[in-house]
Amino acid sequence: MGEGVELAVTDLSASARAAGGAGAAPPPDTTDLSELARRYGLGVSGARPGLIEYARQVWGRRHFIVTFASSKLAAQYTTARLGQLWQVVTPLVNAAVYFLIFGVLLGTHRGIQNYIAYLCVGVFIFNFTQQAVQSGTRSIPGNLTLIRALHFPRACLPVAATISQLQQLVLSMVVLSGIVLLTGEPLTWRWFLVIPAILLQSMFNAGLVLIVARLAAKTTDLSQLVPFVMRVWMYGSGVFYSTAIFSRHAPHAVSTLLNANPAYVFISLMRRSLMSSVPRDMVPGHLWLKAVLWAVVVGIGGFVFFWKAEEEYGRG
Amino acid sequence: MADFDDPTVIVDDVHIVYRVYGASGSRNSPAAAFSRIVRRRRPPSMREVHAVRGVSFVAHKGEAIGIVGSNGSGKSTLLRAIAGLLPPHTGKVYTNGQPSLLGVNAALMNDLTGERNVVLGCLAMGMTPAQVKQNYQQIVDFSGINERGDFISLPMRTYSSGMAARLRFSIAAAKTHDVLLIDEALATGDASFQRRSEERVRELRGQAGTVFVVSHQNKTIRDMCERTIWLESGVIRMDGDTEEVVAAYEEFSGRRS
Repeated sequence: MGEGVELAVTDLSASARAAGGAGAAPPPDTTDLSELARRYGLGVSGARPGLIEYARQVWGRRHFIVTFASSKLAAQYTTARLGQLWQVVTPLVNAAVYFLIFGVLLGTHRGIQNYIAYLCVGVFIFNFTQQAVQSGTRSIPGNLTLIRALHFPRACLPVAATISQLQQLVLSMVVLSGIVLLTGEPLTWRWFLVIPAILLQSMFNAGLVLIVARLAAKTTDLSQLVPFVMRVWMYGSGVFYSTAIFSRHAPHAVSTLLNANPAYVFISLMRRSLMSSVPRDMVPGHLWLKAVLWAVVVGIGGFVFFWKAEEEYGRG
Repeated sequence: MADFDDPTVIVDDVHIVYRVYGASGSRNSPAAAFSRIVRRRRPPSMREVHAVRGVSFVAHKGEAIGIVGSNGSGKSTLLRAIAGLLPPHTGKVYTNGQPSLLGVNAALMNDLTGERNVVLGCLAMGMTPAQVKQNYQQIVDFSGINERGDFISLPMRTYSSGMAARLRFSIAAAKTHDVLLIDEALATGDASFQRRSEERVRELRGQAGTVFVVSHQNKTIRDMCERTIWLESGVIRMDGDTEEVVAAYEEFSGRRS
């Protein structure tokens, strides 16, 4: 029943403001309003929840993330005549181009027994990280309208970008297995190691994508720069050739750096798992340890980094 | 102020500034961009739009508040800020629970089918897959998309703007909300859809604590709200009884046209 009173009071302030004209309304006592909010236990709208609560919310939206990811992937090819076939054809053509340049024209295959499989593993695995990062730069600016329309933890979007690329990778892995078998590699128990390797890489990628997504949300210039950074990274990751050709004559620090490179670690893991022709001494040591470290540090670090700016996403 | 019902939304001196990129200035060549960086000036292509300038008010449980004002007066922006979707530049918005925005521009994915969009929208609002399945048919029926053939399985980009708006509203309206913000959602679609949606909004209002309605149809505001806020150029021009405020607003807009 307090309504009548309230309307009368607001009327008073309204006529006062109307009399003062636009812009002349005196600002109300701000401490009063925040005090009122506190007294009735109102929370700040759109406030960032705690880290644990945030992680719980993201987990709660897991169905959204997966559906969003597969929808994005499907939407990518809806206007193409070959449709979803491109999901398989694109990595194949990609590998063919690199084979032509590095295998046939430049001949970087020296010292590598099964070059086609070696190259394909490198291209497919690096492509996973590369595509994930590139879609990560667009995951906030590209979905601004969605962000401004609905409420959900924003980390869903970069994570979905990663999952989307993971789904693409799983398809590519089928093609890749075919290539590896056709080029004469035997099917061994080590193939099972593909699964933990992909999971670790996915965790690493998700963290990286979250970091890039936050940076790109603030600095739109970043999406122009990222392709170049990724290309430099690719050439340093032993995708087309063994990085031994760099490190052979270089100081110890350089080879340590090259061997710690996460992309190189994940590619090497996959090569060791799928290809018996890649000897142990051709890949850096402590592979699994490095992979787990990268996945945990970047995965969790990226999540925290992204969460810290949760309220900022969506500001124009 | 202790005499009032419990407040549900408190807007405390909120300013909202949009940063707009690509609002190109006079000189926008690579050379100009370079000299700007060297001289450490702001790019002219980035402009700040001060959409809401120091708005404060308190809304209480059971209130229905209309918001009126000319185009570009900051009404939709203010609603987004209340919903927590657009962070204020300075000032704070306090709310009881999570407000939900029912807008016509709740964007969905144009390349996907209507069907996929319904599922995605529901999941994004936090429904479980089981709840989505349960609500799906109701949403499609409500939107009336399938009245003239099987349109729900076509991509959204093939929809007319009215159809798309109807589907978006139907998805958003499928959930119950504590604080409900309705942004022009009633103006979309044909007459029969408008009737249905007004009915649905009344239902939602019954369940919600507080309802905000933005509309350019003063009749809608008069029908639904007891209190109205008139926003002009991002500033509250008037705040009070609907009859009085809408009458003043009508006089103002009539004089201008």
